[in-house]
Amino acid sequence: MLSKKHLLGLEDVQKSDIELILKTAESFKEIMDRDVKKVPTLRGKSIVNLFYEPSTRTRTSFELAGKYLSADTINFTSSASSVRKGETLKDTAKTLEMMGVDAIVIRHSSSGAAKYLSRHVTASVINAGDGTHEHPTQALLDMLTVKEKKGTLSGLKVAIFGDILHSRVARSNIFGFTKMGSEVYVAGPSTLMPPNIEEMGAKPVKTIEEAIEGADVVMALRIQLERQQKGLFPTIREYAKFFGLNKDKLALAKPNAILLHPGPVNRGIELTSEVIDGSQSVINQQVKSGVAVRMAVLYHLIGGSRK
Amino acid sequence: MKKVLKGARVLDPSQKIDGIKDILIVDGHIADIKEEIEISGAEVIDLSGKIVTPGLIDIHAHFREPGYEYKEDIESGSMSAAAGGFTAVACMPNTNPPLDNSALIEYVDMAQAGAVAFSDDGKPVASSSLMRKAMVYAAMFDKVIIDHCEDPTLFEGGQINEGRVSTLLGLAGIPKAAEEIMVARDILLAKEMQTPVHIAHISTKGSVELLRWAKREGVRATCEVTPHHLTLTEEAVLGFDTNAKVNPPLRTQEDIDALLEGLKDGTIDAIATDHAPHHFDEKDLEFDKAAFGMVGLETALGVILTKVVEEKDIPINTVIEKMTIGPAKVLGLELGTLKIGVPADITVIDINKEWTVDKDKFFSKGRNTPFHGFKLKGKAVMTIVDGKVTYSEI
Repeated sequence: MLSKKHLLGLEDVQKSDIELILKTAESFKEIMDRDVKKVPTLRGKSIVNLFYEPSTRTRTSFELAGKYLSADTINFTSSASSVRKGETLKDTAKTLEMMGVDAIVIRHSSSGAAKYLSRHVTASVINAGDGTHEHPTQALLDMLTVKEKKGTLSGLKVAIFGDILHSRVARSNIFGFTKMGSEVYVAGPSTLMPPNIEEMGAKPVKTIEEAIEGADVVMALRIQLERQQKGLFPTIREYAKFFGLNKDKLALAKPNAILLHPGPVNRGIELTSEVIDGSQSVINQQVKSGVAVRMAVLYHLIGGSRK
Repeated sequence: MKKVLKGARVLDPSQKIDGIKDILIVDGHIADIKEEIEISGAEVIDLSGKIVTPGLIDIHAHFREPGYEYKEDIESGSMSAAAGGFTAVACMPNTNPPLDNSALIEYVDMAQAGAVAFSDDGKPVASSSLMRKAMVYAAMFDKVIIDHCEDPTLFEGGQINEGRVSTLLGLAGIPKAAEEIMVARDILLAKEMQTPVHIAHISTKGSVELLRWAKREGVRATCEVTPHHLTLTEEAVLGFDTNAKVNPPLRTQEDIDALLEGLKDGTIDAIATDHAPHHFDEKDLEFDKAAFGMVGLETALGVILTKVVEEKDIPINTVIEKMTIGPAKVLGLELGTLKIGVPADITVIDINKEWTVDKDKFFSKGRNTPFHGFKLKGKAVMTIVDGKVTYSEI
């Protein structure tokens, strides 16, 4: 069991809990390779995917994770629910809870929404991305992918580049990797770098080249193209030129460095097709790790009986 | 009707009085202040061990009437004020409809004379030209403009102070410059037009420095600070506590230190609550959907006496000045004094009374306070308006 009832972010998760989740996820991967991908571990448990933002991979990943463990999973999307009739998050959550759910997986556009929800329900809350705050299962799947490739999560140089300011993926990864003993370098357009990022344990540098130099792990973030209209960078072309990763820039990293991206990728903008499809890319393995990590999180949060 | 308030330490910064004295009230007015008043047939209230000050004035509160009576109304707001030791409150006009014509102001009936000042509080005037005209026009009637300083284009979508905590929580930041740009603008307009301007709820070190410069230059610029900006930092938001969501946002320790310095050296003229009651449902929401603001009337004095006077060693005379004659001068009103002949608006303070803030016991309809559970020392124990006791714990 984890030391906490909810998974709201990696900021307040202990290193030992991260290790436990990753270890469990590794063993769950085996289930995914079976012909019959089902174990009875969470039989009789119910999980609601409460998604207020569009998502394909995270929602599908959580849904399959629950199903592989024999839990009953229900998808709740805001476009086809009473949310459209003006129901508040609190009331929606209470309603779902009265139906007896054990875990609520929430994706929401407001930072802090998962924490807020956790104050109003007794079910376990799993944050599947809250605004620009955290996306802990993404960071866990990134760490699992890295651990499998590198054999360790300590002593690595991790480079994260792109729109750090608006990235919940970056925040969770900064907390996660620094907790496990790695160094996280961050780079992006100065307009998309949050203030005081060093106080979170990250090392901000001016160029992505500086971040990538000698890195073991290179992580690109998705740039939302509408940021350009807000004047945060002049053109998409210029963004791709200075903050996009191509083969030459990736060559600055260690020869055996791996490339991650949380998806979906803007091909030709933050990553060129040659690096996405290149030998260092582990973007597809990340997806598989995602299901395994979510199985592990669900198992540790709602498996067994809680006093 | 005669009343004698006996044996209290009378503290009236407007007359530089600080000593044990008796106060005689006759027909609702201050009739005498001296040692040992003995009058036959007068009601005697023994206040030995207490402090008596001119009635506290809040230059900045929201009573929400008309339009938002579910948040607060004049009755609940007035009770809240009385319980906090306030005898006069200037209500901001961001009501529905806004208090922008005399019929509505008469309806509110806050002061015989009508509006005491004009303000854009809650909706900053972006146009420098419009602000300049407003200042000049109001000055014609000897009224001051109270400006909520915030550049709306820099504020855009902001939730909390831009800095460490906004980065940590992934909440959109409000830069300090959003406030300071407007403070500088208003000071320059007031300087050029030689009109008064009052800057509401300053929150940053930069604003203090701008106002210090303005006063040195002889500009008729005044300003206020709230108890929460003097005592809480952005850290109060950690855990996504919407009760700490306020506009302007809670800043940093560096700003608090500068604000305290501004209180001491006279740069800051008034302490104002910015009492902003909201319904529970407007705060119990996702952080970015929750309303800005916190209630303050019932906690202001206790917070100031505990966290500013006791813990930061700012003299009690200074803070009482900023809560009495200070705001009265900003508004140009004959209030905030115990001068013989004025209406007997009086606050009685028990400086040693220890109490715990309990939002559920507020007279205000608003429960939105970041101070819930705070252990404070010092409280208003009696409030007197026009010689009549409006609140008493004695």
